[in-house]
This record gives sequence, structure tokens and C-alpha cells, in this order.
Amino acid sequence: MKIMVAVKRVIDYAVKIRVKADKSGVETTNVKMAMNPFCEIALEEALRLREAGHAKEVVVVSMGGPQCAETLRTGLAMGADRAIHVSTTELLHPLTVAKLLRGLAESEKPNMLLLGKQAIDDDANQTGQMIAGLLHWPQGTFASKVAMEKGSDSVVVEREVDGGLESLKLQLPAVITADLRLNQPRYATLPNIMKAKKKPISQVTPEQLGVKISRDLEIVEVIEPPKRKAGVMVASVDELLDKLKNEARVI
Amino acid sequence: MPFAAQWDEQKHFPVEVLRKAAGLGFGGLYCGHDVGGSGLSRADGAVIFEALAYADVSTTAYLTIHNMCASLIERYGTEDQRQDFLRELTSMDLLASYCLTEPNSGSDAASLQTTARRQAGSTDYILNGEKAFISGGGAADVYLVMARTGEAGPKGISCFYVDKDSKGLSFGRQEDKLGWRSQPTSSVILDDVRVPERCLIGKEGEGFTIAMSALDGGRINIATCSVGGAQFCVDAAQGYVSTRKQFGKAIIDFQNTQFKLADMLTKVQASRCLVLNAATALDSKAPWASASAAMAKRFATDECYNVANDALQLHGGYGYLKDYAVERYVRDLRVHTILEGTNEIMRVVMARHMIKSQA
Repeated sequence: MKIMVAVKRVIDYAVKIRVKADKSGVETTNVKMAMNPFCEIALEEALRLREAGHAKEVVVVSMGGPQCAETLRTGLAMGADRAIHVSTTELLHPLTVAKLLRGLAESEKPNMLLLGKQAIDDDANQTGQMIAGLLHWPQGTFASKVAMEKGSDSVVVEREVDGGLESLKLQLPAVITADLRLNQPRYATLPNIMKAKKKPISQVTPEQLGVKISRDLEIVEVIEPPKRKAGVMVASVDELLDKLKNEARVI
Repeated sequence: MPFAAQWDEQKHFPVEVLRKAAGLGFGGLYCGHDVGGSGLSRADGAVIFEALAYADVSTTAYLTIHNMCASLIERYGTEDQRQDFLRELTSMDLLASYCLTEPNSGSDAASLQTTARRQAGSTDYILNGEKAFISGGGAADVYLVMARTGEAGPKGISCFYVDKDSKGLSFGRQEDKLGWRSQPTSSVILDDVRVPERCLIGKEGEGFTIAMSALDGGRINIATCSVGGAQFCVDAAQGYVSTRKQFGKAIIDFQNTQFKLADMLTKVQASRCLVLNAATALDSKAPWASASAAMAKRFATDECYNVANDALQLHGGYGYLKDYAVERYVRDLRVHTILEGTNEIMRVVMARHMIKSQA
């Protein structure tokens, strides 16, 4: 079985985010970047499936400018066999990413597509679902457990849903998106970091995948959440109820 | 980093954490892949140990000593010795200690008095003597002991791999140190310790050369730890003075503070460059590598200790409290000017090289 894992390069989760003065986005110059944590978890799961003998190859994929190579090297250092870089400087939104992944899936023919449930920069939570729709593949999103039997052509995914845990059996090929509690990703070992430098990263363009990048979304404005205001002493319970109802609008 | 203060306070030697680090490849940085090593260069080590020392100088320093012992066997051991000894060292299933110094021979290392004598009818060596200030003493599993097999002076010294469980091997009490408190340090006593011939590393009489060559790398590593620790101190001091207000403004707004920070960073960066330069020289086996390592060690350990001390001063009264990490860095870095060759001896090494080069 071949597993393809799509990973995104995002601002490191520990960085203090600053909004740009022109409100067009957040400051990314000289800011520490890293692989999206949910993508790391997805890649870790793929590696574990390979180590358990269910998969032969783990291919890690990322899309964007030349700096994607860093994220792909991290993926290779964790243990992915090879990497594919979809080279573009255009801003990518989930639908475009899904279309590019479809293009890759048509040539690579993976049996499983693993992604993080969402990226920590846009929190879109759409790409996995969209690619499943485009490929007409079954999807198991918010996976907190993935189980396969030797030689089987299906996978059981336990999902974290609002009501609790749901178990789904998916026929391969399938799309699975990883949630936080699926696993704890490994640290890349020093020897693997060095070996990763020699592993292949192949380049492909959106044109080669037959995808025209269109702007389906326009970012109007990016602003900070409102700062916490000082508290107000209320004189009576009636006043409290009035404020809760009419100002905070929570009742 | 989350645990460094606690380990220092409790004098806890974090063996499990070191083993986890070894699992990631930190146990045998300079050893071959075939024995579980990471096959990296000294220049790589300079970057790696600096990053680790930023968080915990004391524990990282022990890690560098362990790596120094492993790389000594990697370089001077026979193929059999590499295969027999290194796997457990690179995984840190076994921890190693380097035993050169004695109560009566520190800087004058070649005058060491521990003996290794053979008896008629046996190829074993019998070791007798005492080693002092041994990092890892008591806790380590493997002791690389420099002992005298021949004449007086450096040419009569040989290097032995001694197992902790050897009969006759015992340890003094754990030293109570100013810093490096997450590492055990003790004397190592050898009382008719029998060591088989296959545990002789290198040839008889080669021990001093082996010891000194190991120290070249060790000196670079210790200097690297100083750089990492000092960088933390610069960052911590800058953080503190940015928030501390006196006379109506943050004290970082005073030019004296700014000049102080600039000078501190300059010293750290200069140290870092010298260290990397020495590491590269050692990697390329340049003839001036030893002198370069001595120079980097002397400069970096002196300057970085001063930087840590300056950082403590910038913290004012709070710098004196254990609540703030800077005092631990001062205590940890204080010994770097002394061990692996005092900074005075570093000058001797440099001068000897300079004089020889002119001759």
C-alpha cells in the first residue's frame, strides 16, 4: 500500500502572532515556521502503518514556494521515503489544494491519503473533506484511532465527534484526517536528519497537474481579537441580567 | 530546560533523559553508523551542543564527555574493540567516564602515577592508583583510564577500558560542587584491578597521545557549552532589563545597559566563531587544530563566564536568587575555565605551537 501525506508549512505554534499594520494578514517575515502539528500527527500515523507492515511507501507532499523544501525535509527526517513539492508562489486555498492533490493522486495512485484535520493558520478544516469529494473516496475525519488488519482492503477509523467517539469502516482507497489524540509524533533522530538530506524531493507545477489556480476566496481584512476590557461592578442582579442579555448577548 | 533547575537543586543525574537523547542519536555523535553512531563532524557537534547547553549546561557537558570517550574508541580502537564496545556507548546503555587527572597530577598530566603492570605468565594488566574529579564517577559503567605501563613521562602511558564491576574498582564520595550539580563527580580508586589485554586501547605508550587528542575535541565541546550557556544569559538579561523599570523607564533604555548588552553579545558571537573555526580545523585534521582548540577553549570559557556574570549583574538583586536561572549558569560556567585543561595550560599549548611554527 502507498500512503500519501499532505503537509503544510505554517507559523510555529509557539510564536506570538502579530497582525500586519495594513490588516492584510499576519507578519511572516523572519518568523519561525514549522510543519503544521496536525500534519505531523498524520505523518506519524503513516509511518506507524508502514512500520506495522500495512504500507510499503510513505510519500510526503507540500505545496507552495521554495521554503516548502524545509518542511518536506522535516518529513523525510521523520521517516518518509520520498517527497513531492508542488511548486507555486500563488496563495492557495483549500479547494485549490484539494484539486492539486487530486492531480497528484491520479499519477501517484496512493491507497490512502492522510492529512491533518486543519491547519493552525487558517483553521479551515476543509481540504480533507474536499479531496474526498473530488476523488469520490470515503473519508474518516477527526481520526483519534486508525486500525488495519493484515492484508485487508479496509481501514477502521475512530473519530472524535461532538457526541463522543464514532467508529467507521472505510473501503480503501480512503481519506483520513488526523486529530490531536491520534498519536504523539516522533522526534527525528540525528542520523535520520542527515539521511533526509539525500532523499529525493521531486518538483511538479500546478500546470503539470492540469490545475488552473483561481482566486475563489478574497481575504478582506485580518484583525486582532478585541482586547479584554476591564470589568464593571454592577449594582444589582437586575443590572447583571440586563448586561448579560443586551450587551454580552449570552442569554 | 524545564528540569534543569530541579536537577541542579536535587543533584539528580538524569540518566533516563540521557538515554532518550541517545535514542535520537546524541550518544555517539562522532561514531560510525555501523555502531549506532550519527557519523557527524565536529562542526555539527558545535551547533548541536550549543543548542543543548542553552537549556542545561551541566547535563550537556556530561553528554559531551561521554561522546569524547566514545569517539576516542572510534578513532583508536581496533575493529573488534569498536564492535564490542561502541554499540552500548552510542545507545548510552552504558555511560562512560574519562579518567586522566589524579590527586597529584592535574595540569602536569604526564606525571600521572596510576600504574598498569603485567605479571609473568599473564597478558592481563593490573591497575593501581587513584583518579580525581572524574565526571560520571560512581554512576558511569565504563572508565577510560590513563595508566603508566612504561617509563616516566608521556611516552610511558597507556589507555585502558575498565568495566565498573571490575574487582578492586571503587569510588570516593560524591563531590559537593558549586555547579555541574546534575552530574556525579568522584574519585575513582583502582586497587589491583585486573584488566584483560583486549581492553588496552591503542598501543602501550600511546595513551598520552590518545588522551590529548580526545581533549582536543573535548575542549571544543566544553567551549561550545560555554557559548550556549552564555547565549541564554544574554537573552535572559535582555528580557529582564526590557521589563524592569527604574527612574521612570525600562532600564534597557539607558545607554549603559544597551552598551553592556552589545558587548555581551559580541563576546558570545566571537566565542562562537572561534569555536566553529576550531571545530572545522579539527575536522580537516589541520596541523594547527590542537592550538586552535586550545585558543577557542581559553577565549570562549573566559568570555562566556564573564557574560554570565554580567547577566547576573543586570538582573540586580533578583540575579542572586535561585528563582532566576542566571545564577545557575554562572555556577555551571565557572568550572569551564578549569577542566579539560586549565586556561593557563591552554596558553601553554598555544605558545608551544607558536614557537614551534617559528622554528
